[in-house]
Amino acid sequence: MENTIERIYSDAMDALAAATDSDSINQLSIQYLGRKGRITHFLRNISRLPVEQRPQAGKRANEIKRLLEEKFDHALASLSEKTKPVADRIDVSLPGLAMDIGACHPITQITNRICNIFSQMGFDVVQGPEVETDYYNFEALNIPKNHPARDMQDTFYMSENVVLRTHTSPTQPRVMEKRQPPVRIIAPGKVYRCDSDLTHTPMFHQVEGLLVDRYVSFSDLKGVLTAFIHQMFDDQTTLRFRPSFFPFTEPSAEVDIRCVICRGKGCRVCSRTGWIEILGSGMVHPAVLENVEYDTSRYTGFAFGMGVERIAMLKFGIDDIRRYFDNDSRFLSQF
Amino acid sequence: MKVSLSWLKDYVSIDMTVAELSDALTMAGLEVETVIDRYAYLETVVVGQVIEVNPHPDADRLKLCRVDNGKGVIQVVCGAPNVEPGMKAPLAQVGTRLPNGIVLEKTTIRGEVSKGMLCSEIELELGLDGSGVMDLGKNHKPGIPLKTALNLFETTFEIGLTPNRPDCLSMMGVAREIAALQGSRMTSPEVRLPDAYGNIDDLTSVTIEAPDHCPRYAARLVDNITVAPSPFWLQDRLRSVGVRPINNLVDVTNFVMLETGQPLHAFDFDQLSGHRIVVRTATAGEPFTTLDQKKRKLSDQNLMICDGEKPVAVGGVMGGLNSEIEETTTRVLLESACFDPISIRKTSKTLGLNTDASHRFERGVDPDGTLFALDRAAGMMARLGQGRLVAGTIDEDFRTSPPPTLTLSVSATNRLLGTDLDGNRMASLLNSIDFDAKPDGEDGLVVLVPSFRVDVTRPRDLMEEVARLSGYNQIPTTFPALPAQGTIPAQMMTFGNRVRDILVGFGFFETINYSFISAESCDRLLLESDDKRRRHLTLLNPISEEQSVMRTTLVPGMLETTQRNISRQQNNLRLFEIGNIFLPQRDDILPLEKEMLVGLWTGLNQKIAWHTKEKPCNFFDAKGTVEGLAQALSLTGLAFKAMPDDQCRYTRVGHTAQIFNDEQLLGLVGEMDPAVLNNYNIKQPVFLFELDLEAISQLAGDTVTMVPVPRFPSTARDITVIVDKEVEAGRLLETVDRFGEALVANMHLFDVFVGEPVPEGKKSVSFRVIYQASDRTLEDDTVNRIHQDLTHRLVAAFGAALPT
Repeated sequence: MENTIERIYSDAMDALAAATDSDSINQLSIQYLGRKGRITHFLRNISRLPVEQRPQAGKRANEIKRLLEEKFDHALASLSEKTKPVADRIDVSLPGLAMDIGACHPITQITNRICNIFSQMGFDVVQGPEVETDYYNFEALNIPKNHPARDMQDTFYMSENVVLRTHTSPTQPRVMEKRQPPVRIIAPGKVYRCDSDLTHTPMFHQVEGLLVDRYVSFSDLKGVLTAFIHQMFDDQTTLRFRPSFFPFTEPSAEVDIRCVICRGKGCRVCSRTGWIEILGSGMVHPAVLENVEYDTSRYTGFAFGMGVERIAMLKFGIDDIRRYFDNDSRFLSQF
Repeated sequence: MKVSLSWLKDYVSIDMTVAELSDALTMAGLEVETVIDRYAYLETVVVGQVIEVNPHPDADRLKLCRVDNGKGVIQVVCGAPNVEPGMKAPLAQVGTRLPNGIVLEKTTIRGEVSKGMLCSEIELELGLDGSGVMDLGKNHKPGIPLKTALNLFETTFEIGLTPNRPDCLSMMGVAREIAALQGSRMTSPEVRLPDAYGNIDDLTSVTIEAPDHCPRYAARLVDNITVAPSPFWLQDRLRSVGVRPINNLVDVTNFVMLETGQPLHAFDFDQLSGHRIVVRTATAGEPFTTLDQKKRKLSDQNLMICDGEKPVAVGGVMGGLNSEIEETTTRVLLESACFDPISIRKTSKTLGLNTDASHRFERGVDPDGTLFALDRAAGMMARLGQGRLVAGTIDEDFRTSPPPTLTLSVSATNRLLGTDLDGNRMASLLNSIDFDAKPDGEDGLVVLVPSFRVDVTRPRDLMEEVARLSGYNQIPTTFPALPAQGTIPAQMMTFGNRVRDILVGFGFFETINYSFISAESCDRLLLESDDKRRRHLTLLNPISEEQSVMRTTLVPGMLETTQRNISRQQNNLRLFEIGNIFLPQRDDILPLEKEMLVGLWTGLNQKIAWHTKEKPCNFFDAKGTVEGLAQALSLTGLAFKAMPDDQCRYTRVGHTAQIFNDEQLLGLVGEMDPAVLNNYNIKQPVFLFELDLEAISQLAGDTVTMVPVPRFPSTARDITVIVDKEVEAGRLLETVDRFGEALVANMHLFDVFVGEPVPEGKKSVSFRVIYQASDRTLEDDTVNRIHQDLTHRLVAAFGAALPT
């Protein structure tokens, strides 16, 4: 008997699904809910059921009756809504009212990212002058006049003793002259070298870092720079520390990362070596600390410097360094 | 520094593969920049078998050869006398680049096609025989690569040496490093001196008059010598590292320099007047012609090697033409000396002469290696030139300081490196590169530095060696014990970034222009001749005139960027730059560096859109940007005042405002003067704002104090007045403001109108006044009374009329 009422319900739902206009829905309503309808008929004949089934069957039949009333009403209502013509239909494919948005230069974006990572590690951000004395750019950094290390950088001179800084490293002695250890700074800025070709622009950007304290070690340098590279790129990036030479650090290390383009297989970007040079670093040379009158028996430190253009090239896939200062709006608008 | 693997193997047996060696050297601080296959140029040269030789129909001395190249038979025109059927010879195929630089192509020689070339030894730099094609014997199959047939595999490395490692500017130096990396030892080459006769002291003398410049000068004599081409092995060694062979004497000096790192010079002894050497500084202005045939003027800083009367070489840099080895030379004075690095560097810089010798002396040559190199070269010269060695050596030695003995603390080294190495391990690392390190007490090593390590002068230098040789990768990775601290941001950088974010939100793109500009920029900007922006810092060595002075304004860079964009059809631009200008100071050698902001708007005032008509941007778009920026920075109280006509330089008269905070001038906003735009070849209107970023940063508020939000409704009333056209609308609002009516909460200007029915020479200005009380709802009567009063006072103040 239960099956009977359920079958009536499913028949009604099938018929409703097939109904496409209001006439046929009204017809269905009569057919099922009318005076001679199938539900009505079922309810009338409920007394023929065994006594124990009657309450249950009655309850279910009434439920279904209400449900069908509701369904038929909804079907009729939505039918009338759908067929009504819409006079003010909008074309949602038209572009929205433009909120013009610009962009920061990619160099600014990367500089800020680098500074933020080091800020989180407790480094203060400082800035130094771009026009610098020979003393801070060279002498204080253990690069005396007539030293071959001066050939490592082609310098723009304003006079015998005034240069455009060739690196951000002069901020090291400048800060140490003013502060006592512990010193923990990061110094971004423009630097200049007398060099202009496919892979060099006479102006570019660096970020310098310096940490001086008691018991600072080369292994700490490795730790801090590894943490930086893992945050800047991703924590799967492989890196290596390779002996090198800078007059103001000793031991000195170049930091290479596994080429992010070819994953170490060798490509044009990494000159087929699988490695990309990303940072110069080392333990601050005692001569530099002596120049700022730090007690070298008490304090050690490490310093590092990196080229922002190079990191931006890797992060954004920029293929030509000269694009940075060409400022083509089709370039700038991509970042 | 180029080194060849086979040459290195003369001093050290190498059991690593090329890749392993290259990696090991790089990780020891001798960065292998490139690995070169020395015989790459033979890639397209194969064994060719001559099948048939016929006379060339149109040339007596040429032959037509049919040659089997392994894939087929091709025709080659050949002039060699020894070519005959059956012979196997190197066949350079089309595309081969011969050592002389010629690239082979398919050619026609006197009407006959030639698809390659049969080569002699000398043409392939595989020997000295140039008399005919190279006979490869019978054993090789035609078509196999010549490299395989003759087993020509040689690797050369280009090593990027850092300036602190002059000891590695030699095969022996690099071999020493390789030996240390392998745990083996390097073997020095054998010095074989032939029987000598006579006594050098009877024949010549050396006088050092400038021991500061030249602490050591040693010499030997070889006579009865025959100048000739070097044997092939010597030429080949030199070529393998890119040095051109010249003759047996010169080649020996080059060979020994490359082998030991000690530059040598050979003089024609018979050209030395008085048969003696005097080492002295030049007299200022003295002329001298160097080996490269260039006439030079000397200064009293230049150290010269002289004979009895005149200079014969620039010491440590380059020899002179007047004592050059020639084919007729029979007696040679061989020099092996030690020069002061600074002296050599100064001379090399002032004369613009950078040679293999000066490069080494500038960085420091082993002062104890002088005699070894001298003997090695003298012996080779006597042998190769079939000469006789004169007995004895002259060795003038003025050196004062012996190589240092240093004390290294084991614990301090471990503390600096973060390692846990024991003293014995450190000593054995140092000893592997010929230091002499011995334990000294509980925590010490006493280390005798070898003479060739001129870069090692203090304990820190030894710590570096320990770190380098134990391997940076062996050093642990730790984190410093950093106290947590709030970091101090760079104030200007933080402020700059705030400004950047706001302008980016307004649709502006940040640009970065060069800090150096053309000195003519000021002319292009029409600055007056006494304008302080014409006082530039000038670069002594600019890359070009266009980048020769430090900018005193950001405007030229911005206009150049604009022009470049417009020339690439990018006509609608909203750009800005934040950067330093450089103002020379009277009382400081460094300029004042001042951070400035410049913004530029040209083209449409918004992107082309379907819902709005295209409209070019104008002055008020630029001004609105500045106002928006000020608002976002909580910068209250900016005043825009028309720039006096006589002060407008690069902006248009009547279309420029100065921006003030009280009396302080902060910048300007205006339309660029068309004449200036013309100078930059820009043909569309450009609007610009320029602000002193540092001044603004001082004014911008970081803190805000909330004012209670009104609880009662406000009432609005409009005023329209008709005033003279010249009256600035802003002055009307300022005037009302100055009346100080407490219930006026706000004012908005909403209309300015010129034309009928407003009389000629007048304009109507309308603005809305918002009345508000904090403690009650204002009644209409009250508002009306105040509004009428304000209106009358305004009319009176400006002689204005009310609309009829």
